[in-house]
Amino acid sequence: MDNKFQWVYSEKVKDHFIHPRNVLEDEAKYNADGRGIVGNIKCGDEMIVAIKVDKEKNTIAECKWKTYGCASAIASTSILSEIVIGKTLDQAYHLTAKDIAKELGGLPEHKIHCSVLGHKALRAAIEDYYTRSGMTDKVEEEKAHIICQCMNVTDIEIEQAVLEGARTYLELQEHTKLGTVCGQCKDKAIQMLEEYKKKHFSK
Amino acid sequence: MKRKVYLDHNATTPLHPEVKKTMIEAMDAFGNPSSLHSFGRQARRIIDDARDRIASFIDGKGEDIVFSGSGSEANNTVLNLLYCAARHCEAPHTKRHQIITSQIEHPCILEAAACLEERGIDVVYLPVDRTGKIDMDKYSSLISDKTALVTVMMANNEIGTIQDIKEIGKIAHKHGAMFHTDAIQAVGKIPVNVHELGVDYISLSAHKIYGPKGVGALYVSPGVPFCPFIRGGHQEKGRRAGTENTIGIAGFGKAIEMRVTEMAPEAKRLLSLKARLKAGIEKNVPNIQFNGHPADSLPGTLNVSFFGAEGEAILLYLDLEGIAVSTGSACASGSLDPSHVLIAAGLPAEEAHGSIRISMGRDNTEEDIDYTVEKIALVIDKIRKMSTVR
Repeated sequence: MDNKFQWVYSEKVKDHFIHPRNVLEDEAKYNADGRGIVGNIKCGDEMIVAIKVDKEKNTIAECKWKTYGCASAIASTSILSEIVIGKTLDQAYHLTAKDIAKELGGLPEHKIHCSVLGHKALRAAIEDYYTRSGMTDKVEEEKAHIICQCMNVTDIEIEQAVLEGARTYLELQEHTKLGTVCGQCKDKAIQMLEEYKKKHFSK
Repeated sequence: MKRKVYLDHNATTPLHPEVKKTMIEAMDAFGNPSSLHSFGRQARRIIDDARDRIASFIDGKGEDIVFSGSGSEANNTVLNLLYCAARHCEAPHTKRHQIITSQIEHPCILEAAACLEERGIDVVYLPVDRTGKIDMDKYSSLISDKTALVTVMMANNEIGTIQDIKEIGKIAHKHGAMFHTDAIQAVGKIPVNVHELGVDYISLSAHKIYGPKGVGALYVSPGVPFCPFIRGGHQEKGRRAGTENTIGIAGFGKAIEMRVTEMAPEAKRLLSLKARLKAGIEKNVPNIQFNGHPADSLPGTLNVSFFGAEGEAILLYLDLEGIAVSTGSACASGSLDPSHVLIAAGLPAEEAHGSIRISMGRDNTEEDIDYTVEKIALVIDKIRKMSTVR
């Protein structure tokens, strides 16, 4: 029966789920040059990414990870730990969530946040390295503020959604997928929704 | 060949071989049960036989059973019947503008109730305690002569907790409210007697008890208000339009017939399998917690939280070992939210995320359980080794 039916996710996700690469098994003994932690187990996903840097070439020499989460979260960090090896810090820093999802052969819409989180964890690890080695100028300040941590939705996107016609919390969710995971941002999002409605549409 | 262990009987069950036989026979009875000729009468006979069997199993009368396309349809029928807007439908209860239900109902009740809220009905969602039992004090204090309907599920699909339906119904009736119980997970697994329980409406389903999918039923106590959810036909005495699913209903009837003799011994066997499973998990996996009521629980249902491991990952690793379990309810599997039942029972989100439901059935053996325990221990260990939470 196993082979007759397609698995829930892509074969690539399955492969990385069954055989996760580069798991950070003993964190205490691992001398990372940079470490990032993102997510929250309350939301169902938490990731730690630790990197070692080849300081001469300015490339990522090693990438290890730990993930609390579903199959696509595990696969996202696993594939990430492979694709960043040998990349320059700058290249790795500018890798996108889309790149990760693409490498995995695609993720279903409700699992895209796993690749988003993986991407954030890697960025956090690289930023940690930059900070530790006095290269804070390389850290790109996020201009936008993330309101929904799970789906990585920012205030800028909320404003954009309002401008595109979202008027209720439900419509805002349809536009941005905000609050569709843990829902903790609901009150804040409703408050911002009202603010942007007032800003743009009040008479 | 790798062992296959199906432990998701609360999602659905395999057909009982006898049910399958009956359904195959019923396939030849193609006549429209409404037709007066012999072809129609043959199909009519099959349906009425099933109706009588199902009714007598819960100590009701055949005429009180309304077949439906699913248990969800039966539930939706009840939630909608008191508030039909048509004038000729006006039931005395439409002047009562409150419905009382619980936070741990199946989504088909919760979403139908949310719809009524949109229409201005006051819906009270009763909280439950850590074991999943509804807060009776709160219930007693909130019910009044404004309450039209109380609907509380008999046995919960996710944690197996069985409610004190008789007591809940008594209180509902004392205040003149109608009382419905969604007994889809209960009928055929534990004794259900409409007179003993004193219910006005009961929802039933075939596919949770080795019958076919796509057929459910609603028991409607004589004399209580009724309004069809699906209109446009005289079938089911005008209470549910649409040509009857003869094959499905035949299967439902047979499934119930098999429960008459098989339910009690099966319940006993499942309880002992559950004890074996619990003991095995407790012995081999640290940092766990069982959810639900320790005694008032469906015989074959066990819900367990594994700290530091996420449910979907557990499910999929077990699936690779041939073991089928579930996280929360199967209907919620497209969703990322932790189980609303476990959250209502007071579990922190991180524990609810790491929970699986193991629901056993008639084909499961002790060997299945031992194999499952062995694999759970391996899978949880693997997941925890790569988890951020230790």
